[in-house]
Amino acid sequence: MTVIVKKTTQLIAGMVFLYGIYVIIHGHLTPGGGFAGGVVMAGSFILLILAFGSDFMHLTKEESGSTLYENLAILVVVFLSVSGLLYGARIFFLNWLPKGTAGELVSAGMLPLYNIFVGIEVASSILTIFLALVIFKEETLE
Amino acid sequence: MNPLIPLFVIIPLAGAFLIMIIGKFLSGFGRYFTSAILLSLVVFSIYSLFTGSGTLSLYKVGGWEPVNRIPIGIYMVMDGFTVIVLCIINIIGFLSAFYSISYIKRYTSENFYYALFCLMTAGMNGVVLSGDLFNIFVFMEISVIAAYALVAFGVEKNELEATFKYQVLGCLASFMILIGIGFIYWKAKTLNIADIKEVLSSGYDRTYYLVVQILILSGFGLKAAIIPFHAWLPDAHSSAPSPISAMLSGVLIKAVGIYVIIRLFFNMFELSENMSVLITTLGALSMVIGVFLAIGQWDIKRLLAYHSISQMGYVVLSVGAGMILVAQGEKPEIATLAIAGGIFHLVNHAVFKGLLFLNAGAIEYTIGTRDLKEMGGLAKQMPATSATSFIASMSISGIPPFNGFFSKLIIIIACVMAKFYLLAALAVLVSIITLASFLKFQRYAFYNKTDRGREKTIKEVPFPMLFSMVIMSLLCVLLSLLAIPDIRDTILGPAIDILMDPVKYSTQIIGI
Repeated sequence: MTVIVKKTTQLIAGMVFLYGIYVIIHGHLTPGGGFAGGVVMAGSFILLILAFGSDFMHLTKEESGSTLYENLAILVVVFLSVSGLLYGARIFFLNWLPKGTAGELVSAGMLPLYNIFVGIEVASSILTIFLALVIFKEETLE
Repeated sequence: MNPLIPLFVIIPLAGAFLIMIIGKFLSGFGRYFTSAILLSLVVFSIYSLFTGSGTLSLYKVGGWEPVNRIPIGIYMVMDGFTVIVLCIINIIGFLSAFYSISYIKRYTSENFYYALFCLMTAGMNGVVLSGDLFNIFVFMEISVIAAYALVAFGVEKNELEATFKYQVLGCLASFMILIGIGFIYWKAKTLNIADIKEVLSSGYDRTYYLVVQILILSGFGLKAAIIPFHAWLPDAHSSAPSPISAMLSGVLIKAVGIYVIIRLFFNMFELSENMSVLITTLGALSMVIGVFLAIGQWDIKRLLAYHSISQMGYVVLSVGAGMILVAQGEKPEIATLAIAGGIFHLVNHAVFKGLLFLNAGAIEYTIGTRDLKEMGGLAKQMPATSATSFIASMSISGIPPFNGFFSKLIIIIACVMAKFYLLAALAVLVSIITLASFLKFQRYAFYNKTDRGREKTIKEVPFPMLFSMVIMSLLCVLLSLLAIPDIRDTILGPAIDILMDPVKYSTQIIGI
């Protein structure tokens, strides 16, 4: 890609990433949430890879990292949902944290936590799918 | 609330992701961990079968209580029928996972295999336990998407073609199911099965719900491979690795297909005679056509896959005959017998078809082919495989004293008592043709002389594979005990009660 594309992507990618984080942490207040924000976050990585081209060895390393993050995030989500089961009430998916006042950023108990980890999960899994497709193409070219 | 209920979904789901993480650093972890997970689920399901199967227990996820007796949260329901299906899912799952310990060593990336295996089990347990339509859909997708990947696990040409066919038809089925669920939600304004029953009981638009019933029946019929929808099954079930074929044929088509059809048509929709006749006809068709397609096959796993269609025909036919009687409102004791026969055959089929696929896997593992014409004389080299497959073959063809005989006998007696003489005659005829095709399997695989000089190199399969096959053949013999009326009433009785009484399920759930 040309210098123009590379420089613009460098400028934009950070903003896109920040916007993804914004959508995720305001998930319980505004439209969007873990899934939408996660897709936006993955978009920033994909932009960078598209603009700077793919280095095959580098990508396989990155793919194993993103798989690890994906599995860890989903495990944390499972753990959070089970925490209600362990908390004493024996209820799966219990929202046992204090609820706070409605409309504030830190409120709604467990929901922001679920959103954050679902966001990480979605971002890393979409990145993994993208990388898998790129790696597959590189492998067939050789 | 019974705290065991969510564990059936949580344990395999968490296990799948743990395998992916720990398996990266510790090779061989997934191999033993999957068996351990499924063994714990077997213990839980058998415990639930013997303690709480008479009563219906309910789990409200997130602790959301109903408002004005209208359920608003996600409900997980465990009743007599659920417990039986849970038992077969987890027992066959455990034996297949244990069998995989030696079988899957030949493939690369074992971790993916075991993680997908756990996901598939979690999805099936979820479908069976879920108390509302949308969660049935979600869990069904979890299990069938894992199944798509597992069918393609060998990544050869055949496997990819089979999985592509399976995916296209599976997506079509999911689409029809989702549209059907959407139509129900539009009119009934609720997704909870018990609540929909309540809404429908105060009058409904018959034409509208006929369309919905057809959509739901075609969708789940595609997943269950009833005859006009069976095209994907022979390819998919024969290309998958053998333990997965055992899971797909033994459990998946029942848990996401037959179970849901039975549950929705008995406990959610009002039983109508037209619909019951349609279901019975589909069952009879798949029973007859399936067996005629099977008898000409020379690939063992294809032969077994076609027999799955035929044997599921027995289950659908028998349950459908029960449905007709319930819809007519006469002879409840014969309807009970027909439904009991259907559920009994469902359990039996899981065991003997699972065992036959494991046998086919063992043959493929030792001599590396699935073509019957290239086998022969294996009985001397592989005595245990030969003996267990003999038991399974006799069981599926309905020879006493094995379990298949008793369930087919109950089905035929029920059909005769209900004066469905044609169905009874067809059931006997299909049983005879089944016997013929399994005698062919026995003769060509185990007894025929072979002219190849490879006798010395063939050995019996390793211990994990043997263990699973022997346990399943013991189950084949032991399950025939269910034919004794007292034992049948304690094990299958609660399941039949919940299906026979059209409002029992919904009133119990709304009442809690």
